[in-house]
Amino acid sequence: MTELRRNSIALGIAVGLIGVPFGVLAATAGLSAPKAIAMSMLVFTGASQFAAVGVIDSGGSPLSAVGSAMLLAARNGLYGMRLSTLLRRAGWRRVPGAQFVIDESTAMSLAQEGEAQQYEAFWWTGAAVFVSWNLGTFLGVLLGDIVGDPEVYGLDAAFPASFVALLGPLVPDVPARVAAIVAAAIALVAVPFTPAGLPILLAAFAVVPGLLARRRTDEIALGVDEASP
Amino acid sequence: MSWTAIIVLASGAYLFKLSGLFIGNRLGDGVVRRGVELIPPALFCALIALQTFADGTELVLDARVVGLLVAVVATLRRVPFLGVIILAMIATALTRVVAG
Repeated sequence: MTELRRNSIALGIAVGLIGVPFGVLAATAGLSAPKAIAMSMLVFTGASQFAAVGVIDSGGSPLSAVGSAMLLAARNGLYGMRLSTLLRRAGWRRVPGAQFVIDESTAMSLAQEGEAQQYEAFWWTGAAVFVSWNLGTFLGVLLGDIVGDPEVYGLDAAFPASFVALLGPLVPDVPARVAAIVAAAIALVAVPFTPAGLPILLAAFAVVPGLLARRRTDEIALGVDEASP
Repeated sequence: MSWTAIIVLASGAYLFKLSGLFIGNRLGDGVVRRGVELIPPALFCALIALQTFADGTELVLDARVVGLLVAVVATLRRVPFLGVIILAMIATALTRVVAG
């Protein structure tokens, strides 16, 4: 098996492990097994699912649960825009395939070199995460409290670690690095002042300094910039 | 959570994904396209920061920082993908044991 496929499956398994605590939380929040599994299959965007079930679990209304989950789901639309040219060749398969447009498939895809590999990584990671996330949810609902606190196993480190491992190829130049660093700063500054879900959307504004940096590097490349003596 | 809420959320989440795929093809080659290309690096870095330092609406410094540092070092040392994840999980779990 190629490294690309191995990595896609590895990421799928890591996400599946996070599906277990989602299933547990869904059960404690009072969701039936069919509802929890329907969420994982149909909503299929982990952060939104955790947010929705978390709001319900802490006694919030279904409306605020859906609202904060929608905020977190919005970024998948931005990923879709980025992946649109790559996935054009998929034709009608984009209609079911859109369900796979999530953090993990986008990251694994864009971390590859060459369009063929990016295309393959999108489908493999999307499918691996889909299968694994739903299996994990099912296990979590079944096992419930037997699993215990996922933090004991360091499970909460799996997601950020996998993104650290994939980030390198995504920040090849100065503009991408500027956007990345500013985005992290915006998100962290926003955390205490905004409801969950908003910091990540506000972070998208970091593309503005990224674009300014892009224009600057382009100007230097074109020799428009007046070099100091 | 009612079935209605689940269906509404599922439809909304799917429509975000699908509309992105189709709107993206109409962006042309201008500044918007170049902006969209910077979205993934920006959001992934913000996600890493949030998953490491945020706890609800609070900023915290806990065992997850150790996991992040281990992941960074492992990645720079070219540890394979799965290895990076496992090392970060072990480091975070051990830090919690040591810190009680």
